[in-house]
Amino acid sequence: MSINAKAAPVSFRNVTKIYGKDVVAVDSINLEIEAGKLVTLLGPSGCGKTTTLRMIAGLEIASKGKIYIGDQDVTLLPATDRDVSMVFQSYALFPHMSVIENVSYGLTFSGFEKSETRDRAHQGLELVGLKGYGDRLPSELSGGQQQRVAVARALVLEPQVLLFDEPLSNLDAKLRRQVREDIRDIQQNLGLTVVYVTHDQEEALAVSDEIVVMRNAGIAQVGAPRELYDAPADRFVADFIGEANIIPCEITDVQGETAQITIGTLKHQLPARGMVPGPANLAVRPTRFKLGAADGLAMQVEKATYVGSRMEYTLATSFGEVFVVSEDVDAPLAIGDTVAVGLDSIGPVLLAANENP
Amino acid sequence: MKRVRSNDAANPVLIFWIIAGLVGFCLLPWYGIEDFFQFEWLTDGYPFDDDYAPGAFLIAQGQKLWLAPFLVPLLMPLLVLRRAKTDPIYSKILILAGALGFGWLIIQGFSIGIRGWNFSWMEAAFGELDDRQFGMGYGALICASSFLFIFTQGIAARGAINGDVFVVSSIGGVVVIVTAFVFFPIAKMLTAAFITQDGGYSLAVFASKFFDDRLWGLGCLSGGRCGVAWNSLFLAVMVGFLTTVLGLFFALIVTRSGFRYKKVLRALTVLPVITPPFVIGLALILLFGLSGTVTVFFADLFGVQPTRWLYGLPGVLIAQTLAFTPIAFLVLIGVVEGVSPSMEEAAQTLRASKWQVFKTVSLPLMRPGLANAFLLGFIESMADFGNPLVLGGNFDVLSTEIFFAIVGAQYDQGKAAVLAMVLLSFTLGAFYAQRFWLGKKSYTTVSGKGDSGVHPHMPSALSVPVLMIALGWAAFTIVVYLMIFYGSVVELWGVNNTLTLKHYGTAFSVRFDDEGIRWTGAAWNSFWTTLQIAGIAAPLTAIVGLITAYLLTRQTFAGKNAFEFGTMLSFAIPGTVIGVSYILAFNVPPIEITGTGIILVVSFIFRNMPVGVRAGIASMSQLDKSLDESSLTLGANSWQTFRRVILPLLRPAILAALVYSFVRAMTAISAVIFLVSAEYDMATSYIIGRVENNDYGLAIAYSTTLIFVMLSVVLAMQLIVGRINIGRRAANGSGEKT
Repeated sequence: MSINAKAAPVSFRNVTKIYGKDVVAVDSINLEIEAGKLVTLLGPSGCGKTTTLRMIAGLEIASKGKIYIGDQDVTLLPATDRDVSMVFQSYALFPHMSVIENVSYGLTFSGFEKSETRDRAHQGLELVGLKGYGDRLPSELSGGQQQRVAVARALVLEPQVLLFDEPLSNLDAKLRRQVREDIRDIQQNLGLTVVYVTHDQEEALAVSDEIVVMRNAGIAQVGAPRELYDAPADRFVADFIGEANIIPCEITDVQGETAQITIGTLKHQLPARGMVPGPANLAVRPTRFKLGAADGLAMQVEKATYVGSRMEYTLATSFGEVFVVSEDVDAPLAIGDTVAVGLDSIGPVLLAANENP
Repeated sequence: MKRVRSNDAANPVLIFWIIAGLVGFCLLPWYGIEDFFQFEWLTDGYPFDDDYAPGAFLIAQGQKLWLAPFLVPLLMPLLVLRRAKTDPIYSKILILAGALGFGWLIIQGFSIGIRGWNFSWMEAAFGELDDRQFGMGYGALICASSFLFIFTQGIAARGAINGDVFVVSSIGGVVVIVTAFVFFPIAKMLTAAFITQDGGYSLAVFASKFFDDRLWGLGCLSGGRCGVAWNSLFLAVMVGFLTTVLGLFFALIVTRSGFRYKKVLRALTVLPVITPPFVIGLALILLFGLSGTVTVFFADLFGVQPTRWLYGLPGVLIAQTLAFTPIAFLVLIGVVEGVSPSMEEAAQTLRASKWQVFKTVSLPLMRPGLANAFLLGFIESMADFGNPLVLGGNFDVLSTEIFFAIVGAQYDQGKAAVLAMVLLSFTLGAFYAQRFWLGKKSYTTVSGKGDSGVHPHMPSALSVPVLMIALGWAAFTIVVYLMIFYGSVVELWGVNNTLTLKHYGTAFSVRFDDEGIRWTGAAWNSFWTTLQIAGIAAPLTAIVGLITAYLLTRQTFAGKNAFEFGTMLSFAIPGTVIGVSYILAFNVPPIEITGTGIILVVSFIFRNMPVGVRAGIASMSQLDKSLDESSLTLGANSWQTFRRVILPLLRPAILAALVYSFVRAMTAISAVIFLVSAEYDMATSYIIGRVENNDYGLAIAYSTTLIFVMLSVVLAMQLIVGRINIGRRAANGSGEKT
């Protein structure tokens, strides 16, 4: 006997959540989460990602729309009756119960026999690498260990969906990388459906099968990490996932999938993404500039910062400032220098002009 | 496994309440029995005797036929027993059954009383009724609960509060009992103010009583006597001001000075909890009364005639200031500590001197706390009954005036009701001001984050006078308490100063003979009654208080603000008002409990409930909400969460609420004095009775005993609370918890 997954898909159909009379936390979103996948809800604070997570848990009840877990309509089902468990930001371990009592807690409400409850709880602890810690109190564990107890407590119930609410935010930087890898390993080994909330884009890129970027109570874009980074749908996503310089440009010609653009005197070729000739925006990652390119635009160095592994420059141009990162730390540019800047052949992405950020 | 359980979950609870309702109707006596806690009715003609018969038997014998309709709502829920919770019929039937049953219970209860129809228009409409009914008893009580909880299950099934039966039922339960035992009596009292001699209603009667010169007269401005309303108001403002200033001084010394014996000062805060309020008044008589120690000393020294200056405003003012300063101290210590040291340190680094820091930062930040302490002192003084009774002399205040209107020769319920309304509007005004003027202005600057600074000491220009005044007052307090103890062992104060244990003997003598111990002392009867009533009331108070606190901190529901206001309201209702309204409301069916122990228990529950609620709120808001939520997502329902997560974590708070409500029940006097009966006499009202007969020795000896009993209870609690914490740490070490 071991801990198995009963992973189920989650589906949101036109779900809206309104607090009080008119505070819209989530505005008619549609979302399909596949079984066995780790999906991250990513966005700035107040974007509705935590509310979305809590609606899956049943801690908030949707104001409108339907939520399905597996084939079951759970829209009105309270948290107690849903087959979902959650790891809280604060871990929420019960301070008056030992580790093993915490892990067994949910099992005692699920109708297991005593011996099975104990076996399962011990297995859960073993799975997160805390064998032998059962008799301790949560207060006697380190933050990382408490975190793992919280994961074990949620896992042993073999939930259809496992939820994480910013699980790394109370850990120090070094531990974060390790814990997020552990979470990813467990998720993949057991084939769990996991929904994970974070506001840290690097964390999201690192752990997810799929990222849901949220903004102003709605969904901005859904996609695999690479997809979001390389082909953001709009300015907001481009800027939120990694940094991006948004540069106004002109599409002069579209040939099949390829577009010709000009920025001042600079000409460049890149995928058209269905755009037509006319004004547009170009999103360029700070690493995707070529400093000292032959036919580049002339820019003046305003700030130059040495951060160890690379140089960070703020450059003044005719259309405003751009932020550029260069690997070349041995021959840095000085403030006031003028440099010709070109674009990498892959990386820059076309976005529609004049959209709202 | 999980899904099966959740679909069945509603039904056992429903079955329980259906069966309870049927048992209440068919097996238990429907009407009230003389003594709630005695069961001799079982052998005394039950179930056919009219007095003890259950509802079903009464109907079968052709009596009280208006009880017959209850069968419909009692049986109706059986129709939906097999249906799913989500079926709309399920909720509709339950709501209908509950509402019908409860509604009919109220209608028939108020319509038919001891003399048949209660209202003459009913007699005109339905003809004369030969039958009558008394107050409700076990059967009616259980049926009422059954209807109520069937109703709340129906509401929950409709989807209220996520369909949570426990939460909906708790809300329903609290609303019903608060309505029945706070709002109903108050409403009844308000109507009593309009009743004329012959039972009609008239505004003129109210007006004549309300605008009476004895109430609002301003004679004292021209050398005569003022109305009692002005007396009360003036006294309360003075007491509020003095207690706030003294309380602030004590708080400053404890938090912002190098004074060494801070712990002793902190111990003063226990005093008001364990002291029956009028005891201070007694001690003042021993010191400053006509034959008081100080009076006699100065009379001999200067050869002047002793005067009765103490009896009146000065005496009451001193006694109340002594009694309530520790309360202000308790409030202000939290406020003064709540000012974040980093604010003061920031001001110091910005080149403010100590005095400037105090004046521009510390004091303004304490302002809401000061106003709070003032209002508390104001309300306490308004509500105080014992000290004005003992020391008032010709200085009448509202609370004593109410008492004499009810128990005195005048026996004027209407006047008592009018006076109670005036008193109530003063305290409610203060309560309202406190909530809506101060409630939103919180200057508490300590956040959850660690704040490692220390409070700077007071500037010495301030600390010296503050220390002098506070220590002087503390010394006075100690002298007063010593006088209480000394007075209890003196033969006859001021006349015969030989030491004796005679008074303790009269009160608490015991004799051993063949039949065992004989409690021959005069005080034993009231002492045991007090312990019994306080012991029954304490756990009930704690339960109601904690459930209310849980609802207020952990749940959101429509009308929550009104709910909170209603439950905290009884805090602002003076005991005298509660007392008057209870006699007016519960003297007649349907709830007929005057003269029983129940009315005392009930009055304590609702007098002390706000204390339990506050304690619960304070400690529950320390528990992170994610603890509840994680328990819910792990499959526990809200009742299991309450029992297995919240209650264990609140154990110290529960114990404190228990002890506090127990002690408060033992020291209360203002409501009690109206509600005691020959059979159920309480310690405090017995002592007041002795004082009125000038039997000071016995009264003081009894008071001293009470103080020591309660002191030991409080100390025992502190020991146990301490041990709970230590116990957990010990368990950590041994690691034997599985």
